[in-house]
Amino acid sequence: MNKPRKDYVRPLDLKHGRVDMTHGSGGRAMAQLIEELFARHLDNEWLRQGNDGATLPAPPPGRLVMSCDGHVVSPLFFPGGDIGCLSIHGTVNDVAVMGATPLWIAAGFILEEGFPLADLARIVESMAKAAREAGVAVVTGDTKVVEQGKADGVFISTTGVGVVPEGPRPSGDRARPGDAILVSGSLGDHGMAIMATREHLGFDSPIVSDTAALNGLIAALSATGADLKVLRDPTRGGLATTLNEIARQSGVGMMIEEAAIPVKPPVAAACEFLGLDPLYVANEGKLVAIVAEADAGRVLAAMRAHPLGTEAARIGTVTEDDHHFVQMTTGFGGRRIVDWLTGEQLPRIC
Amino acid sequence: MKFVDEFRDGTLAKGLASAISREANPGRRYSFMEFCGGHTHAISRYGVSDLLPANIRLVHGPGCPVCVLPVGRIDMAIRLALEHRVILCTYGDTLRVPASDGLSLMKAKARGGDIRMVYSTADALKVARENPDRQVVFLAIGFETTTPPTAVVLKQAKAEALANFSVLCCHVLTPSAIVTILESPEVRQWGTVPLDGFIGPAHVSTIIGSRPYENFAEEYRKPVVIAGFEPLDVMQAVLMLVRQVNDGRAEVENEFTRAVTREGNRKAQDLVAEVFELRREFEWRGLNVVPYSALRIRNAYAPWDAERRFPVGYRSVPDHKACDCGAILRGVKEPRDCKVFGTVCTPENPIGSCMVSSEGACAAYYTYGRYKDAA
Repeated sequence: MNKPRKDYVRPLDLKHGRVDMTHGSGGRAMAQLIEELFARHLDNEWLRQGNDGATLPAPPPGRLVMSCDGHVVSPLFFPGGDIGCLSIHGTVNDVAVMGATPLWIAAGFILEEGFPLADLARIVESMAKAAREAGVAVVTGDTKVVEQGKADGVFISTTGVGVVPEGPRPSGDRARPGDAILVSGSLGDHGMAIMATREHLGFDSPIVSDTAALNGLIAALSATGADLKVLRDPTRGGLATTLNEIARQSGVGMMIEEAAIPVKPPVAAACEFLGLDPLYVANEGKLVAIVAEADAGRVLAAMRAHPLGTEAARIGTVTEDDHHFVQMTTGFGGRRIVDWLTGEQLPRIC
Repeated sequence: MKFVDEFRDGTLAKGLASAISREANPGRRYSFMEFCGGHTHAISRYGVSDLLPANIRLVHGPGCPVCVLPVGRIDMAIRLALEHRVILCTYGDTLRVPASDGLSLMKAKARGGDIRMVYSTADALKVARENPDRQVVFLAIGFETTTPPTAVVLKQAKAEALANFSVLCCHVLTPSAIVTILESPEVRQWGTVPLDGFIGPAHVSTIIGSRPYENFAEEYRKPVVIAGFEPLDVMQAVLMLVRQVNDGRAEVENEFTRAVTREGNRKAQDLVAEVFELRREFEWRGLNVVPYSALRIRNAYAPWDAERRFPVGYRSVPDHKACDCGAILRGVKEPRDCKVFGTVCTPENPIGSCMVSSEGACAAYYTYGRYKDAA
């Protein structure tokens, strides 16, 4: 009687191979993709369980924070990052600005048939590195494949869970007149890096995305003991939209000063060229913090002492205003409203 | 940013502001129309009016290409996309202009129209080359500044015998619009729009030069100062206009000497003349039908004229009843005089075209200036 022969599974061709429909079928090809690509790079004890979901330990005392984010950025690779690290940073930041320590991430991949496995490997490696650096684990995931033309390479959706201790926590409704408005660095870098890369614009520029995990910076700010009343990462819609959201949520106005807002010269130049306003351009590694006037000095100092906050600045003050206007004194000496973003300035930025 | 920051310098602005205050006669009022949306935008964005004395009023003019485009023209583009199934390419702001039946190009796109935003005419031509099996139409809008690039692609399309590309030409002319305003009863007979002078176009003048304004400066006794689009340019132009008014002069002066000459860009003018000819009449939003105020494609380029290639006749459509865009474009009303401004008409849901483009008077006032109404 013949014994069953030992399986030989030809390894994934990570050099020339491409995603095909079988990679989402639930069969062996999918198992192989998960094993050789996702599990290998993102490896951790929960993912290793290999079950339909991750069984996680009871979290440390406090309250849970959960946030999810979909990533459809085009192009997938851009100066300073790619959709992989962006999908980790985006979710880590959404959890961290709630004042929480991000712990676990779930990731869903929608792959387009024909997508090069080499690119997928680059993206997953980049995710793994970003997760390691941010101190979070990708504990569970999902992969689907759609026919060619039904997606654009790869879309990634991530969900993050973190823990925030009991007590006051940052929230968009806690800004009060007199509070100081701080930003952790220059604005518009991510959006303009994407814009400059998009082939049809065809211009060359040294602008690099600022995509980064902010949980380390936020931990440093928490360590000052100051009450971080509002924390936000000004992503789509930029600083202007973030400030308007906070003004509305808190029922206050704001007065900011154009001259105090950090914008890198190449970003300012690219915005000028394209008729964009850097205040509305997306960031992926910047923090807006609103703190009481008395805390402003030490929080700003802590920001500047952190590698992600060396260009931090105080840009304005929360005011009393029934209309919830965000206003700005212009460098020119006039005054204007900084309104909500209208329409879609830069589609598929993150 | 070199060559930009210098023209936005707050200290220089203060100096100019005090010169204007010193020279403006406190016993009279000055009303200057900034023709161009580019100026309107700069004035609102930098808060230029905050630096001017109270007796100087800036009146917004009709020089916003998206704003003056009548509904009927957008309807034509929508029909091309939805009924004739062409790939319709156009500049970004045009996509949001409200058209008939609650549509806009953006909404027509959501209904399956292949409508693409391009940054240049060359991009539109590229789309045509890349889609040889599809008809590609470029919706060409704008004043004299954007006309030469359209002429270039028409010449290229002809040279390449590109059979699937055509242009829906909606290019309009600045001088005829200014004359229409000066001839309007509000300005001539009723005096409801006092106009003491014009801040003349910046980019348009780089093409046509300063000479075309000379006739009406003299005939209508209105000073014109051609000015750049930076806030200091505007301040300097206001000072020059105040001086002309005080001296009783009505001349064409050029503040924008770094880009504009009296003759303009002859090469561009020749190019435009080769490809386009005057239209007998064209409907403008706000100004109605203005004779010889727009361009059409010459017979030599007829095969690339979308109006001749596709059976999409023009049908005039009245503006929304509640919308005051027409009066605002003529300087008769200010945005806040319109009863739908900021209520049902906002940048997210524009009723009229002036709320669409960032160069439109309503959008500029809504986006940057409405804190003044709250004070």
